[in-house]
Amino acid sequence: MKEISFIIDGQKVRAQEGQTVLNAADDAGIFIPRLCNHPDLEPFGACRMCTVLINGKPQTACTHPASDGLEIQNDTPQLFNIRKSILDMLFIEGNHYCMFCEKSGFCELQALAYRFGITRPKFPYQYPRRTMDATHPDIFIDHDRCILCARCVRASRDVDHKHVFGFVGRGTAKKLAVSSAKGARDTNVSPDDKALSVCPVGTLMRKHVGYSVPIGKRLFDLMPIGSDIEEHVGKQGKE
Amino acid sequence: MAKPKLSTVFLGGCFGCHMSLLDIDERIIELVDIVEIYKSPLVDRKVFEERSDIGLIEGGCVTEENVEVLLALRDHCDFLISVGECAIMGDIPSLRNTIPLRECIEEAYLNTVSTWNPTHNIPNDPELPLLLNRVHPCHDIVKIDAAIPGCPPRSDALWEALQALLHNKPVQLPYEILKYD
Ligand code: SF4
Repeated sequence: MKEISFIIDGQKVRAQEGQTVLNAADDAGIFIPRLCNHPDLEPFGACRMCTVLINGKPQTACTHPASDGLEIQNDTPQLFNIRKSILDMLFIEGNHYCMFCEKSGFCELQALAYRFGITRPKFPYQYPRRTMDATHPDIFIDHDRCILCARCVRASRDVDHKHVFGFVGRGTAKKLAVSSAKGARDTNVSPDDKALSVCPVGTLMRKHVGYSVPIGKRLFDLMPIGSDIEEHVGKQGKE
Repeated sequence: MAKPKLSTVFLGGCFGCHMSLLDIDERIIELVDIVEIYKSPLVDRKVFEERSDIGLIEGGCVTEENVEVLLALRDHCDFLISVGECAIMGDIPSLRNTIPLRECIEEAYLNTVSTWNPTHNIPNDPELPLLLNRVHPCHDIVKIDAAIPGCPPRSDALWEALQALLHNKPVQLPYEILKYD
C-alpha cells in the first residue's frame, strides 16, 4: 500500500492510501470527534461531528479519503463551536434523561458533551413525544434517546445480514423503525446482534442487565472520550 | 467587610441537590465561615430584605408558585446558578411534557389501578399551587448565569463552583465531576 502524508493542524501525518482522513488521524493519535462513525461499519457521514476543514472547505473526515498534501484543520475554535452546537441540538431534539439511562457512563453522546464542557444546551428543549418498544423479551428500544446515527441500520444490514432497522418519516418526524409493524418482538433481532452493541446511546438496550458497572468505574467516568486515541502512539505516527 | 450572601431555592425537584450541598461534609463549616446563607430551605428567613451575591436553584418550574419564587430569586441575586438536571432540563418532572396536563392529572387521581378515590374529585384546594401546563427549565423563565449539571450534581462540583465564584473566577468544572447523572 502506498504511503501518503498530509497536514492536520500544522502537524505532518503519515497514512496509507485508501484510509479516510478520520482513520488516518486516529492512527496518528489525533482525535476527531465523531458519533455516527464506527470502526466496524461503513462510513455514513450523517452526524457531521467530524467536520474538518480540508483545504479550507468543510468536509466530513469519516468519508473523505486521505491523500497526499491535504491541509486539514481540526482543532480550531470555530470547529469546536460548530461541534458543540451539533451536540446541543442532539440533546434538545430528543429526550435525553441521563439520570435514569442504563447507558450513562458509556454513552458517546454524553461523553462528547462532557469533553466539550457542556453544562446546559443553548437551545430550548423540544420534548418530542417518542415511544418505547418493549415488546421483545430480551431487548428494548427507547426512541427518546435515538440520534438517528444509523449505526444499527448499517450493522443489521452489513454485519448481521438481517435488515431489522431502518428509518421512516422525514425532518423532525424521522424515526427509527423495525422491520415489523408489531414491534421488535416480531423481528428476528437478537440481543447478540452487532446492531445492539454499536448503538452509541441508550436506545437499543438489552433487558435483564443494567447499571452493572458502578459509578466512578464506567468507561467515560474519568477519561474523556477520544483519550484512548490520543494516548495511542499510532503505527503511522505524527512527525 | 460583610460576608457574601448565598441564597438557595427549592422548586420542582426532590431535594437531592440540597442534600448534595450538605454532602460537602465538614467543608460546610468552612462555607459558613466565608458566606452567609441568607435565604434558603436550610435557614428560616421568609422574604428577601437584602440582595444575595449568589443564588442556587434546585428544581424546574412545575407550578405557578415555582415561577414566582424563581422571579424573586432573580430579582435579588447577582449571579444565578441552575443546580441539577431539574433546573437545567426539567428532569423527571418534565416527563409529563409530552402528555396533556388533564390526562396526567386524571391518571394520577382517577385512573391508576392503585388509586382509591371514592369522591372521584381531583384536588383543587386554592392552597395548592397551580400546575403549569408543562414543566419549564429555569432558563426558560429567567436569565441564568451558570449551570452545574448532575442528578444531583457531585458535592465536589458544588464546592468547586462556589469556591470559584467566591474567588471571582469563572465556574469551570473538572472533567471528573462534570456529570449528568
Ligand atoms: S438506535 Fe442507536 S444506533 Fe440506531 S440510529 Fe438510533 S442512536 Fe443510532
